[in-house]
Amino acid sequence: MTRSVRSAISATGLRKSYGDKVVLDGIDLEIVEGTIFALLGPNGAGKTTTVRILSTLINADGGDARIAGHDLSRQADAVRALIGVTGQFSAVDNLLTGRENLRLMADLCHLDRAAGHRRVDHLLVQFDLVDVAGKPASTYSGGLRRRLDLAMTLVGEPRVIFLDEPTAGLDPRSRRAMWQIIRDLVAGGVTILLTTQYLEEADQLADRVAFLDHGRLIAEGTPRELKRLIPGGHVVLQFADQAGLDAAARTLTASTRDDAALTLQVPSDGGVGSLRSLLDQLDRASISVAGLAVHTPDLDDVFLTLTGQPDHERAMAR
Amino acid sequence: MSTLTLAVRDSGTMLRRNLLHMRRYPSLTLMLIGVPVIILLLFVYVFGGTLGAGLGPSGDRGDYANYVTPGILLITVASAAQGTAISVAMDMTEGIIARFRTMAIFRPSVLTGHVLGSVIQTMVSIAAVTGAALLVGFRPTATPLEWLAVFGVLTMITVAVTWLSVALGLVSESVETASNLPMPLVLLPFLGSGFVPTDSMPTAVRWFADYQPFTPVMETLRGLLFGTGIGANAILAVAWCAVITVLCFLWAKALYNRSRAA
Repeated sequence: MTRSVRSAISATGLRKSYGDKVVLDGIDLEIVEGTIFALLGPNGAGKTTTVRILSTLINADGGDARIAGHDLSRQADAVRALIGVTGQFSAVDNLLTGRENLRLMADLCHLDRAAGHRRVDHLLVQFDLVDVAGKPASTYSGGLRRRLDLAMTLVGEPRVIFLDEPTAGLDPRSRRAMWQIIRDLVAGGVTILLTTQYLEEADQLADRVAFLDHGRLIAEGTPRELKRLIPGGHVVLQFADQAGLDAAARTLTASTRDDAALTLQVPSDGGVGSLRSLLDQLDRASISVAGLAVHTPDLDDVFLTLTGQPDHERAMAR
Repeated sequence: MSTLTLAVRDSGTMLRRNLLHMRRYPSLTLMLIGVPVIILLLFVYVFGGTLGAGLGPSGDRGDYANYVTPGILLITVASAAQGTAISVAMDMTEGIIARFRTMAIFRPSVLTGHVLGSVIQTMVSIAAVTGAALLVGFRPTATPLEWLAVFGVLTMITVAVTWLSVALGLVSESVETASNLPMPLVLLPFLGSGFVPTDSMPTAVRWFADYQPFTPVMETLRGLLFGTGIGANAILAVAWCAVITVLCFLWAKALYNRSRAA
């Protein structure tokens, strides 16, 4: 299969400005079908603008984009029939009940009556909304509302889903529940473009991550690849006794020892090859290791290194 | 699915959404009925004796109730316009409108749903206000066919004013603006033949009163209800309603589509 056939979202040179302010400065994206792609960046980096353009809400000033092979500007309705969008601001009708909101979506997706009812009932169960189905959405808590919002997006069984900061403002428990829902969706074969300012979220969910900063993509890759981009990774070796620690420290000269904890910290990129050679080295010296932990730098370190500055907004939001 | 089928189906869905809103929050509908009824009572029972005498040598309160009812019915249409503009403006602040824009539906269905809902709501208010008028001495002499024509004329002006108020709701930056913009419409029946004959007015006011759109509508209604002369008023009324409907429909559509470029 060729690359273009399997590509769910493909964009080249997307640009958008509001007056003098450049929001997107030439974005290229290639997102493979059936994967989660996370767009990571601080507030104002251009994440929401990217989602708004790709979901046909606004026009780009320049560049091309295709969703599942359909041109965004020339075949907007074909694109709309394939996508689902859950924004960071809730898109539910507050005056209607949860069930009525879902019914509304079923009607707008042109499902016939029986199929619509089945789909609504199924989603109410799947998203654990049965108990509140008859209450107006205005009475829902943040987590409930977000679940209803996502359930509404799924009524039409979209193939490509945009999730703009799906867990912003949720408590840790609701966030984990949302993560599980997202994982289940991808297991069902849909493609997800997720924006987030939580590094942990991208790390947990995404197959590929792109960093967006001031309207430009500054890095892209798997979370693991990105973490390898920067130095600072190490392996921590745990020893059973002082003798082992002494022997290892003599063999591995570049290491730092911690006598109280009986551990030795060895610089490493965390890759399989370097781990193997490290263990071989210890083996040859007949030193037994009680435990081993690999520390790769987290995405926070990556972002900091790439932008060369701490991000205050992001730090505050966490 | 053809564009027409899609348009009808999605507009129907959006109409159901608006009717649900009205059923769940009936206070707006009650206010739309209450305001014209209060004006009716005020004009019949407080001013009606004197104003009735002004209609002719034998004029009394009952004659004035007959005279003022078409004006009151247009007040009903105008005050409903305010409700429509408010609900459209409120809707546009909701995230769900963005959701509708990302769906493969007939785009103007959000607007047509509002218009259909508001027209139904206004016709219900008109029926209620007509009932109140009958209670305070309104005695029309129309035949069933003429009643049908009355219904037609009222529907026409309601559709025209509703499209205008949808556009006003869309052009408003805030809900407060949306509630103020249609206010002058409520004054139009006063500055026309709604409450007193225009020949009692000074020249400048009379000129405005004779040529504004509500006057031919009210004169046509009077003609149908009481058999007085209609003349050119019927054709003027139809023309005004058609022009307002078409222009405001195009305006509203342009306003609704505008935000994609933003």
